[in-house]
Amino acid sequence: MTDLTDLGVAAIRDGVAKGDFSATEVASAFNAAVAEAQDALNAFIVTTPEKALAAAAAVDADRAAGKPLGKMAGVPIGMKDLFATQDVQTTAASKILEGFKPKYESTVSARLWQAGAGMLGKLNLDQFAMGSSNETSAFGNVISPWRRPNDTAPLAPGGSSGGSSAAVAARIAPAATGTDTGGSIRQPAAFTGISGIKPTYGRCSRWGIVAFASSLDQAGPMARDVRDCAIMLEAMAGFDPKDSTSLDMPVPDWEAALNDDLRGKKVGIPREYRLDGMDPDVAASWEQGIAWLKDAGAEIVEVSLPHTKYALPTYYIIAPAEASSNLARYDGVRYGLRDLPDGAGLQDMYAATRAAGFGAEVKRRILIGTYVLSAGFYDAYYTQAQKVRTLISHDFTNAFTQCDVILAPTAPSAAFALGEKSADPLEMYLNDVFSVPASLAGLPAMSVPGGVDRNGLPLGLQVIGRAFDEQGVLNAGLAIEKRAAFSARPAKWW
Amino acid sequence: MSVDTATVAKIASLARIKVSEAELEAMVPELNGILAWVEQLGEVNVDGIEPMTAVIPNKQRLRDDVVNADPLTGGDIRDKVLANAPAAEHGFFGVPKVIE
Repeated sequence: MTDLTDLGVAAIRDGVAKGDFSATEVASAFNAAVAEAQDALNAFIVTTPEKALAAAAAVDADRAAGKPLGKMAGVPIGMKDLFATQDVQTTAASKILEGFKPKYESTVSARLWQAGAGMLGKLNLDQFAMGSSNETSAFGNVISPWRRPNDTAPLAPGGSSGGSSAAVAARIAPAATGTDTGGSIRQPAAFTGISGIKPTYGRCSRWGIVAFASSLDQAGPMARDVRDCAIMLEAMAGFDPKDSTSLDMPVPDWEAALNDDLRGKKVGIPREYRLDGMDPDVAASWEQGIAWLKDAGAEIVEVSLPHTKYALPTYYIIAPAEASSNLARYDGVRYGLRDLPDGAGLQDMYAATRAAGFGAEVKRRILIGTYVLSAGFYDAYYTQAQKVRTLISHDFTNAFTQCDVILAPTAPSAAFALGEKSADPLEMYLNDVFSVPASLAGLPAMSVPGGVDRNGLPLGLQVIGRAFDEQGVLNAGLAIEKRAAFSARPAKWW
Repeated sequence: MSVDTATVAKIASLARIKVSEAELEAMVPELNGILAWVEQLGEVNVDGIEPMTAVIPNKQRLRDDVVNADPLTGGDIRDKVLANAPAAEHGFFGVPKVIE
């Protein structure tokens, strides 16, 4: 019998439906894999094997009773610990929420359970999703299952969805939820040789997701391949009246319409993404991606996104500004940590609670956000950034008059080692250079594996599409996937 | 524009985050590095450009004017609301005395 943990979403769903194995067998296999890897990888903040088994038992009972099964029936998944899960600790990897057990379920996670998925546990992440290496979690670093050859130095799984990427790459979860504010699905997917898609802003409800930067935050799936992402995104997406920015549109049948024949399609190559001093392996993988899409029948055109160089500074004004507002809710009154020094008043309690509860990167962003929104500076920083954001969005609108999708690298390098970039916040921020523009424009964007670098570490290729055209993104991703035939996987050392 | 220790102390106070002198000293160069870097946005010509308010065109909806139309966001759930409070008594959130 095949090792069940080698199977992805589609294979598990189909195998359970056919009766090749039971959902309970699948859940047990992944529960065991999670337990075995936890000490080494620290991918989970809490594990919930009983939840995975209960969901599996329900699927097995439904199948035995001849009831119709959901899109994710029998698939146990990891849930990023940014999604509120009823009565299961939800922390955003911050001490300020340690012990918080929501009395409600996020819309996205509820949809996944309804579709027959089960929960293996809550996945570690950068604190409040602020980070690109998973080094800002209050619950310890996530260690990538990947290593450089003959080197045991721990590598970053990417961030902020680093627990998600590590778990899927290590094959201790067939798929996981991620959230993407400036690249937090795509960059970790690229670092670990898996696939992940951030859909159009508004596709997935934000209700019950711990807010970071509300105009950018968007949930999406992370899985081993494009088909699995399509299946899981169908289960996650859909209109939710509880999110005022939710898109009131039908969810397409993305899986059924997957097609890697790109004849008649145009792929744009943005000239501004060719940076001076670009990592030669990243440049080579991009060239290879272009060749693969040509082979799939697409026509390649050069496009221009003239405001690209301003995307990162724009992001690092808007995201902290929104974060400073969103995180004002952590006050030691309603939930989470309270630090009440002896004899302290209410204001002292707020300040002490937030000092004790937030990590250094979170404080840094709250302070930046508070500053750029403060009287006298609001127009110079925040309003200017929102205007530049409009220009960045226009750049994409113009480019999409000449092409159907855009191909770019996902990240400027393969995974770096833990500690390599954490001393300088700016250097860490630069890791998002290729992922942030699509976030600012709210566009669907996906990372798929596009080969390995000189150290045998995965590199991601990014496909960016028009608003609402997840299908075009998935199809181009599939065309790359079929030709890349990416088969590298981390050797099991844990 | 750059910030000094007094400005960072003021921002931290506005943000209700207690910071020690040592933390302040460390934050000043970090924040200045980030602010100097975002400063480049000033060179972009934004004449006649509206600041973005909605990244994907969408219309603002009003919910039906019905009490507890969606029980998940409705009322009558006091105990659930208070369940995670660090201090809750008699159906209220407990806070330190605020009358000066």
